[in-house]
Amino acid sequence: MSDNSISDIENLIGLMAKLPGMGPRSARRAVLHLIRKRGLLLTPLADCMSEVAATARECLNCGNVGTSDICSLCNDEDRANGELCVVETVSDLWAMERAAVFKGRYHVLGGTLSALDAVGPEDLHIPRLVDRVTSEGIREVILALNATIDGQTTAHYIADQLEGQVRLTSLAQGVPIGGELDYLDEGTITAALRARKDL
Amino acid sequence: MEWRDHGILLSARRHGESSAIIDVFTEEHGRHAGVVRGGASRRLAPILQPGAQLDLLWRARLEEHLGSYQAEPLRSRAVAAMSGRLALSGLNAVTALLGFCLPEREPHPALYASSERLLDLLEQEELWPLAYLRWEMELLEEMGFGLDLLACAVSGRNEELAYVSPRTGRAVSRQEAGPWVARLLPLPPVMLGKGEAPDHEIAEGLKTTGYFLETRLAPALGNRPLPEARGRFLDAFSRRL
Repeated sequence: MSDNSISDIENLIGLMAKLPGMGPRSARRAVLHLIRKRGLLLTPLADCMSEVAATARECLNCGNVGTSDICSLCNDEDRANGELCVVETVSDLWAMERAAVFKGRYHVLGGTLSALDAVGPEDLHIPRLVDRVTSEGIREVILALNATIDGQTTAHYIADQLEGQVRLTSLAQGVPIGGELDYLDEGTITAALRARKDL
Repeated sequence: MEWRDHGILLSARRHGESSAIIDVFTEEHGRHAGVVRGGASRRLAPILQPGAQLDLLWRARLEEHLGSYQAEPLRSRAVAAMSGRLALSGLNAVTALLGFCLPEREPHPALYASSERLLDLLEQEELWPLAYLRWEMELLEEMGFGLDLLACAVSGRNEELAYVSPRTGRAVSRQEAGPWVARLLPLPPVMLGKGEAPDHEIAEGLKTTGYFLETRLAPALGNRPLPEARGRFLDAFSRRL
């Protein structure tokens, strides 16, 4: 193997090591595995990555990631049921889709209001959200934001912007499915107790 | 280097994949930052929310190092804060202003004690705005821009004090205000510890403290704008006026 090809492989390891959950050691193992499975994995992966690199973009309507200007969720007419779920990030949207319960449309803010990081309302996609509520005939906005101080501050800000225009709801807070009380923090237990329901 | 202290969490930001850098207002060591290993984990992230009361063990090889914290929760205030718009915006205003004003590693035990008392009142929406106004007055005092409201700056008398001079921060009586009334700031009885503290008086008081925060304190801290969180708290409070 020439020095040049070794540096190419080192370069690949260096790039892989920057991925979330990877370090230099795990990147080295992954690259070695790819090289050994060149035909089965490396070439299709390289093709797929170059294709995604050329086509991946943010949906102009909701902020989801797709390969066209308007994503498949926004193009799906069956989802135009008047419900709009607001999430912080694309990974939150994907988490909601994994549950396969919500059948409406989404809006990705791209973060939360944060004084520390100087993220203001204009840095998020809030003006577009307000436009969508009127232009798409939305009846209910579900604020599926994280149960953190920043997440709830953002939820209240959005609620102020949309007050009186539409029904506003938020996700419930409490004991997760499969959760054991002994392992829960006091805040979650307090929220769960306050939101208790009749059996 | 190692010490143990109690503190109020002002902010937490992710550091790498699993750690967090937290900024804490501690009782004996002032505002002090440090790394929490595993601070972004599922176990610790719910604990490291702004306003949380923590038991902290700080370690570093040298005192000037950032160092690392071991944090144990004493009281979480997240649920109290999330109970309503006013509480949430109030908590944000307090943590943002403390982060904005306090120099690093300089103890302010009196301000720490009053901040802790204030945050413990979060769920009591009736008391909270008054307690917040008093806390802002203490904050100004602690930062060296305290208001002198004991007697009229012109006559020296302590009757009918109704205004504050925007130039000196001293009280002015109604009789001595004369032609300067329009340029003076309001001094509602609630700022003197008198009366029943109606909301409109608290709002007037916040206008006065806000003036000194903006025109005295902020320029002294490098002319940075006041945190937006204070404005959002005032918006939330104005809804109930």
